[in-house]
Amino acid sequence: MNLKNISVVYRKELRDLLRDRRTLRSMILVPLVVMPLMMQGMFRLTRTVTTNAMAEVPTVQILGGEDSPGVVSRLKSDPKLRIEPATDDWKQRIADKKIRAAVKIPDHFDSDLRNGTGNQVTIYNYEGEIRSGFAVTELDGFFRKLSDEVVRKRLEVRGLSPSLIKPFATVRENVAPPAKVAGNRIGGLVPYVIVILCFVGAIYPAIDLTAGEKERGTMETLLCSPVARTEIVAGKFLMVLTSALAAVAIACISMTLSFQLSGPKSAGGAAELGLTHVDPAGVVGVVILILPVAVLFSAVLLTLGLWARNHREALTYMQPFMFIILMPAIIGMMPGIELNSRYALVPILNLSLACKEMLSGVWHWHLLVLIFASLSAYAVIALSVAVRMFNRESVVFRT
Amino acid sequence: MISTHQLTKLFYDKQRGEIRAADAVTLEVRPGQIYGLLGANGAGKTTVMRLLATLIAPTSGSAEVAGHDIVREPGAVRSRVGFLAASTALYGRLTAREMVTYFGELNGLSRPEVKVRLERLATELDMHEFLDRRCEGLSTGMKQKTSIARTLVHDPAVMIFDEPTLGLDVTTSRAIVRFVQECRARGKTVIYSTHMMHEVEKLCDRIGVIHGGRLMAEGTLAELRQRTGEQDMEEVFVKIIGQGGLS
Repeated sequence: MNLKNISVVYRKELRDLLRDRRTLRSMILVPLVVMPLMMQGMFRLTRTVTTNAMAEVPTVQILGGEDSPGVVSRLKSDPKLRIEPATDDWKQRIADKKIRAAVKIPDHFDSDLRNGTGNQVTIYNYEGEIRSGFAVTELDGFFRKLSDEVVRKRLEVRGLSPSLIKPFATVRENVAPPAKVAGNRIGGLVPYVIVILCFVGAIYPAIDLTAGEKERGTMETLLCSPVARTEIVAGKFLMVLTSALAAVAIACISMTLSFQLSGPKSAGGAAELGLTHVDPAGVVGVVILILPVAVLFSAVLLTLGLWARNHREALTYMQPFMFIILMPAIIGMMPGIELNSRYALVPILNLSLACKEMLSGVWHWHLLVLIFASLSAYAVIALSVAVRMFNRESVVFRT
Repeated sequence: MISTHQLTKLFYDKQRGEIRAADAVTLEVRPGQIYGLLGANGAGKTTVMRLLATLIAPTSGSAEVAGHDIVREPGAVRSRVGFLAASTALYGRLTAREMVTYFGELNGLSRPEVKVRLERLATELDMHEFLDRRCEGLSTGMKQKTSIARTLVHDPAVMIFDEPTLGLDVTTSRAIVRFVQECRARGKTVIYSTHMMHEVEKLCDRIGVIHGGRLMAEGTLAELRQRTGEQDMEEVFVKIIGQGGLS
């Protein structure tokens, strides 16, 4: 293989693509501007929604309680709750999010409390709805406090200490280093973002350099040159790889800068995410693992683009591929899935799980070697398929 | 020099089955000669041209181009061939200068060598005015000149033209024809495929009539007229393919 020829092809492709607006958009604009904006926007939105929901005084209905004015009046005077008169359609009003919850006060609640008879309060809510969840938390807190008060009074009457029913207290304290907490928090998200960026960075060059050339009639012109087809495909492949890696690098730099410029106190800042505590060695590990993944993507996309007759057909092949690669990335984000020797062989899923561990400062060296080796093997296979495709007349002249 | 012996190319089509796009084609083209391959659309002209340019490989048979075997030494063949076809387009985002330089480098020329040759070609083809303009913004005539410069930059001994005037206006077509004649005058071996009778009459020293992948008849224009008893080239052509070839 003649490296000079590969370099000639690569330099031409680079110059050509840097003049293409679509490539510039996917390689530079999306990672530089769109991705950081999306991330910032997502964090800001999540925070705003949560803050607003927490700030809202939830509206609830009291069902029953006509013979228990004590508890009803305490509920009505709680500043953290807004009480609405009971209606027959309370269930519908919860479903329509017009009220956040309803609480059923059983008959004789006040008198049962005085007599020491057991009873049950039921809270009705909208499962999974954040504001209804906050209302339930308030109501839970209200009744826990009431229960504690009643118990304390009963113990006092009998001359007993509160420690009789609460012999000890429990306190939670995090002892995991900040790097591990941060890694665990963002470790699943990182490969997901990388996979998308690698794909976005590689897709347009891969199409333009293959199906695009067929469509424009320049493929035949190029094949007339004495340069071996393996050298042509190597030059093109390196260009697609450059674009994929450039997209990832630009996005990482851009997101880091945007987090730093927006400051740790800004909504969704880096400190809040724990990014400032990420283990630098973990970042290096992630970068090393990205390389074979980018090679794999570039080779597969180049092959798909080469097979296609034109730009549009190439897109129809590549869009389903996007879902195929995102699935393992999503599975990797799920809780409870841990890296093992079997998952280490599954592309993308292995990257996802390894990133989570490396960013948390956990290094299973034998598994990491297995992941790098398997990803490299897949990348070499994909690249050899691309070379074989480029040497097939039925593919190159498939127009 | 081009010589082919029983050159055959088969394709397989799901609906039509086996297609003999080139069927035992044997021909010879000498330096300083223009060989015209005349045939209707789908006759197999492009297949023969692509075989000679080593863009595709033959199923059987053999061919030598500029002394190199098309199967064993495809790279050596391509470095001695200039291939110009209606389907060989230019890179729209490159300038004419960059386009020619790229192909010079692909043909193993150094930058200074390319610069010298490009200067000479630009003068010969009157390209200086648009040399630094992107190909996508050039007129058809300018594009053709750039394509010609691209095929000539490495000074090939053999020129292969596959319907180079297809879809071009009269002025540009005439320029191409003049260029082909110049190639002959410079002693290059030229093979020229077309379905246009008048181009064959004007240009070719020898003519091969191809139909269904087979070379039906071969000879000078005078020989073909004599054998068919017709004067009009169109009549000559129709008679040859209608008779299934002339011995």
